[in-house]
Amino acid sequence: MRNAMIINEKDNVIVAIEPIAEGSEAVYMFKGEYHKLPVVEDIPMYHKLARTDIAQGEQVIKYGEYIGEAGCAIAAGSHVHTHNVLSVRERVTD
Amino acid sequence: MKFWGYRRPDGKVGIRNHVLILPASVCASDTTRIIASQVSGAITFNNQNGCSQVPPDMKLTMDILAGYAANPNIYGTVVVSLGCEGCQMDLVVDAIRQRTNKPLKTLIIQQEGGTIKTVEKGVRYAQEMVQEAALLRREEFPVSELILGTNCGGSDPSSGLGSNPLVGSLSDRLVGMGATSVLCETTEFLGAEHILARRAVNKQVHDKIYDIVYRYEESLKMIGQEIRSGNPSPGNIAGGLTTLEEKSLGCIHKGGESPINAVYEYAEPMKTGHGLVIMDTPSNDAASVAGLIAGGCQLVVFTTGLGTPTGNAVAPVMKITANKNTYQTMRDNLDFDASHVIYGPESLAEITEDFLHDVIEICNGKLVKAEALGYIETAISRACNYM
Repeated sequence: MRNAMIINEKDNVIVAIEPIAEGSEAVYMFKGEYHKLPVVEDIPMYHKLARTDIAQGEQVIKYGEYIGEAGCAIAAGSHVHTHNVLSVRERVTD
Repeated sequence: MKFWGYRRPDGKVGIRNHVLILPASVCASDTTRIIASQVSGAITFNNQNGCSQVPPDMKLTMDILAGYAANPNIYGTVVVSLGCEGCQMDLVVDAIRQRTNKPLKTLIIQQEGGTIKTVEKGVRYAQEMVQEAALLRREEFPVSELILGTNCGGSDPSSGLGSNPLVGSLSDRLVGMGATSVLCETTEFLGAEHILARRAVNKQVHDKIYDIVYRYEESLKMIGQEIRSGNPSPGNIAGGLTTLEEKSLGCIHKGGESPINAVYEYAEPMKTGHGLVIMDTPSNDAASVAGLIAGGCQLVVFTTGLGTPTGNAVAPVMKITANKNTYQTMRDNLDFDASHVIYGPESLAEITEDFLHDVIEICNGKLVKAEALGYIETAISRACNYM
């Protein structure tokens, strides 16, 4: 049974659709298959968790688009929110 | 893909066949209500404006009045004015005639000699029009004749995860079949304007996306207000939204992933076959929906998280939610359960086909809940206080 979802295939975060407890697994559907991800801390419903390891300074991607910049290294399965994402306006070149 | 609609003499295709009793101003709104209440098939709404407005605001009101009369869901219009208001009858008639050649009658309360004489004539005009309208038969048309409006209101975290992505998927599907789909609510582009601008089809559209956001922020600054700071709100953050970009992306997902072909002004006439376009509307639900419908949308799909009864007299407003609890508690007001987008088991592509099926049924004549319950609210966007 799924307890998380990915919105766009480019996303490096997924969204909890139920509260997910530390030590359990996030289960989400991706390209028609169930994927599992060990969760390293409690995630409230509708909050984000890292799908992969995200390096400090790397872009955080949701909806297939930039939503901010990792303020520190974020390990896969960790809560992604205001404590580790910097709200930096994307550098626009066009 | 096709739907059953009504061909109009101006070449457009409607999905409803109403006669509109149009109040030129607040001073004619009760009279139009009395007339419309006497004639089955006639509709009206409460126009709060139409007088004591600065010129740019009077233009917004005129564009809504003319746009409603020209909306393809309308067979013909009876305009009622008081006589001395800013939206003078000749101006309203000119504005309507610039948009359409459909049947049109006029009544000026001060010239007719008061309410009862105006109502008597108005009821006769409306009666004749609904009788003529009833002779029209639906014909089959390709979905490329549709202009679909998309709007959201009473949003919660389920909106950005379920209902807005579903509407985006529907939008892409319809655009792929040659329809026009409209993304609006400029307030919700803030922080994501560069993402929208990247999807613009040319430099002119790209610049206009930035321009409508800038214009909106400047209009707030004139009265000392600022919107970027304090957004996302503490409530948004508690709900899981981290940045303004993320909040806005959840909203603009209603536009799917198609390129953006045009940016229209509020209530400006829109073209069919134009793909994904933007209209500059405010976040107020009734005012945004009014702009879409005055611009020619035959149908608006409306996403909500907390639930809302909202509707419009001229066009069906089809409401969907991805919040399971809201769908259960407010099912009387909601037309589609989009919670499966979040919780499965169906895929977004499968749910999009179900949703499209329901949208076509509504085009074919099935009433949305807001129509069945008689919701007719209209608000008109404004820039300034009354004079």
